[in-house]
Amino acid sequence: MTVSPDLDRRFREAAAAEHLLDVGFDVIDSPIGPLLVAATDRGLARIFFDPEPEHHLERLATTFGPRVLRSATTVDAVHRQLDEYFEGTRSSFALDVDLRGAAPFAQQVLDELARVPYGHTTTYGTLAAKVGAPRAARAVGTVMNRNPIPIVLPCHRVIGSNGSLTGYGGGLDVKEKLLRLEGALL
Amino acid sequence: MRPALRLNEMMEAVAAVPPFEFFYVEHRDVVLGFLRRRLGGQAAEDAFQETFLRALRAYDRLEHGEHLRAWVLTIAARLCIDSARRAKPISHEVPELPVEDGRPAYAQIEHLADRLPPTERAAVVLRYAYDLAYDDIADALGSTPEAARQAASSGVRRLRLSAQGRDLREQIPTAQKPGRIHDRLA
Repeated sequence: MTVSPDLDRRFREAAAAEHLLDVGFDVIDSPIGPLLVAATDRGLARIFFDPEPEHHLERLATTFGPRVLRSATTVDAVHRQLDEYFEGTRSSFALDVDLRGAAPFAQQVLDELARVPYGHTTTYGTLAAKVGAPRAARAVGTVMNRNPIPIVLPCHRVIGSNGSLTGYGGGLDVKEKLLRLEGALL
Repeated sequence: MRPALRLNEMMEAVAAVPPFEFFYVEHRDVVLGFLRRRLGGQAAEDAFQETFLRALRAYDRLEHGEHLRAWVLTIAARLCIDSARRAKPISHEVPELPVEDGRPAYAQIEHLADRLPPTERAAVVLRYAYDLAYDDIADALGSTPEAARQAASSGVRRLRLSAQGRDLREQIPTAQKPGRIHDRLA
């Protein structure tokens, strides 16, 4: 006895509509490959370049609660804004974010990161200075590396002081693609 | 499919409550099959959604992840009982059953079954409170109908031994389903 896609979808929609979820997620297509996007009632919580739910749900449950369910409606707004971003029609995101689970220093750095404008780049050292820890460039690099919401929190706009792209969780080719999309690289 | 767990993870994860997505995907077909046999067609689909919404409402209060199939089938069975009660016009020939806590049958034997090991408890409750067939109980416990029958009967035997004959009979409700639970347990 197999549950039909329609019945399955109706349950998932009802669960989201009744706000019964700790975390809702979906896998969405993008020009840089499929992304797993997760949101709570407080806002966007995760974007993973690895779209395999089995790799992430246990940890999501530990951080936010066990009621983790795939439900497209919970990430509708994120999905739409990401589409617009990749089409080149959106240069900033109007989304609440849920940074529960991030350490205070990381939250501070991510807040500052969110202010780096579309089409611009900054360096790890500059970001460190902005949070009042000018010698913490490496620590800032670690925060970028663990950024829970890449793309929306634009760690791709942070590069080395010598202008090299350094690294990126989604792969350097993705970082380059995003910077080209934004016109920050020619 | 979920990735295979390493041994130390398995030992830690034995009783952990899985993310709801895993729980739902694992049990949805069995629950729908059960409801179709009990209710048929559209009623089964409505009850399917309500079963998992109820499970979701209670899910963050679960203390461990054992016997989740029995648990969700118990919710489904309770819905079937409610649905049957709503569907049947009240007849003066059949005495109306007392309603307590919306789940009279379970409430009547809950205090007895609580003393049993989990598998026997599940088998006794599903058989005698919810009147499930041994095929369904086997589905719920992930075993065979014969093993389910044995679990229920050894549960009853254990109850009988622990309650010292006459005392047990006094605890067993005789008002509801006259002669039924009483005869089976006595």
